[in-house]
Amino acid sequence: MFSNIDWNVIIRSLPYLFFDGMRFTIMLTLMATAGGIVIGTLLALARLSNIPGLSQIAGTYVNLIRSMPLVLVIFWFYFLVPYIGQWITGASRPIQVGAFLSALVTFTLFEAAYFCEIMRAGIQSIPRGQVQAAQALGMPYWTSMLEIILPQAFRNMLPILLTQTIILFQDTSLVYVISVTDFLGAASKIAQRDGRLVEMYLFAAVVYFVISLAASYSVRRLQNRIAIIR
Amino acid sequence: MNYNWNWGIFFQLSPDGTYTYLQLLLFGAGWTLATALLAWAIALSVGAVVGVIRTSPNPWLVRLGNAYVELFRNIPLLVQMFLWYFVLPEIMPQAIGDWLKQSANASFYNAVICLGLYTSARVAEQVKAGILSLRSGQRMAGLAMGLTLPQTYRYVLLPMAFRIILPPLGSEFLNIIKNSSVALTIGLIELTAAARSMAEFSFQVFEAFTGATLIYIIINIVVVSGMRWLERRVAVPGFISMGQPAAAH
Repeated sequence: MFSNIDWNVIIRSLPYLFFDGMRFTIMLTLMATAGGIVIGTLLALARLSNIPGLSQIAGTYVNLIRSMPLVLVIFWFYFLVPYIGQWITGASRPIQVGAFLSALVTFTLFEAAYFCEIMRAGIQSIPRGQVQAAQALGMPYWTSMLEIILPQAFRNMLPILLTQTIILFQDTSLVYVISVTDFLGAASKIAQRDGRLVEMYLFAAVVYFVISLAASYSVRRLQNRIAIIR
Repeated sequence: MNYNWNWGIFFQLSPDGTYTYLQLLLFGAGWTLATALLAWAIALSVGAVVGVIRTSPNPWLVRLGNAYVELFRNIPLLVQMFLWYFVLPEIMPQAIGDWLKQSANASFYNAVICLGLYTSARVAEQVKAGILSLRSGQRMAGLAMGLTLPQTYRYVLLPMAFRIILPPLGSEFLNIIKNSSVALTIGLIELTAAARSMAEFSFQVFEAFTGATLIYIIINIVVVSGMRWLERRVAVPGFISMGQPAAAH
């Protein structure tokens, strides 16, 4: 059963797996989370705003992204980002975009839709009276949002935001479909080069499992701590 | 944007010479729905069992259920697909492994089992939450009336728990439809893969993805309205408001 298994292939490829693959995965996860939370919060503010049309546009974007599978969104942006780049820079032809930038744009804009719904729930969980009190004190919209509402909403939603980040960490493996070398991509390249599918995929599964389990365990501890303070 | 739009491409013959590109997309949608529905049957039945044993009085059953959920929730779906498709046949005894590799539609069955078990962990989480959201008096009342523990679950706890978790189960069902696109990595030509191959053959990339996106949106709308209908259909009057404000008495 496990007779012709060669675990040494894992040891030999550890530097490549972690310095090339895992570094890409972690960078993508962290940067897409940061960007996704910023854009998601702006989307949430847009969805809750009174400005005519703004809430509909944000709502349409969020619902559109949420009804599509991530794989399809990755394909969309993989082909769309060069045209967006051309549009922004005013170049004469679609510009070449690196794998990392393309993946980063994709995951940031995809996760923004999910972070938007989380932040919207967070903002709505703050009692209405606080907004009214801020307005009564003469605070402008952005001051009341940045100093009163968003810090509390962010704090209330922190465990859910972090859980979404763990999901994002697992979802980044889907960049495999555009042949990007993330952690799974690196494992898969070695697996196919050396004909060691069993070893490499089992190892990849164990690494993802350990990281995600440790992360979700810490989120649960954080959740308990926050719950006690409140 | 200097891109040559050609919406007529959907009605042109694809390279296989018999079907139009639109028909290829619809076949893909058919595989997506077939995969999602079969996997949902597995997810719902396994998830209900695992969710129930996680609320049982036996600590070892609870631990087993928790371990099952953690295992399937903390490995990315794509890695699980690869484990089922590439690794399982290799670590089985030779004869079984060869049979798994050579069976027709292997990627379809693999996708169904993988997606089903992956989603079952999420369903189990919802079922557990639903049962725990019931007042503990309900379980006690059931047992006090002389029902056995399985009877208490069957006639008292689960009917209410499932009604409570109907909305999150609905979004899990939407997720399973979307997640079935991951099966394209093991060679299943579902909707996203069909759009991808249409883009490759016709060079009309954005039309192909727009077509697939529209089909996903239509499926979404149908499922969401179906779930609303189901929620109204099974609502117990006066017990749960089912998302609507409770009727005035």
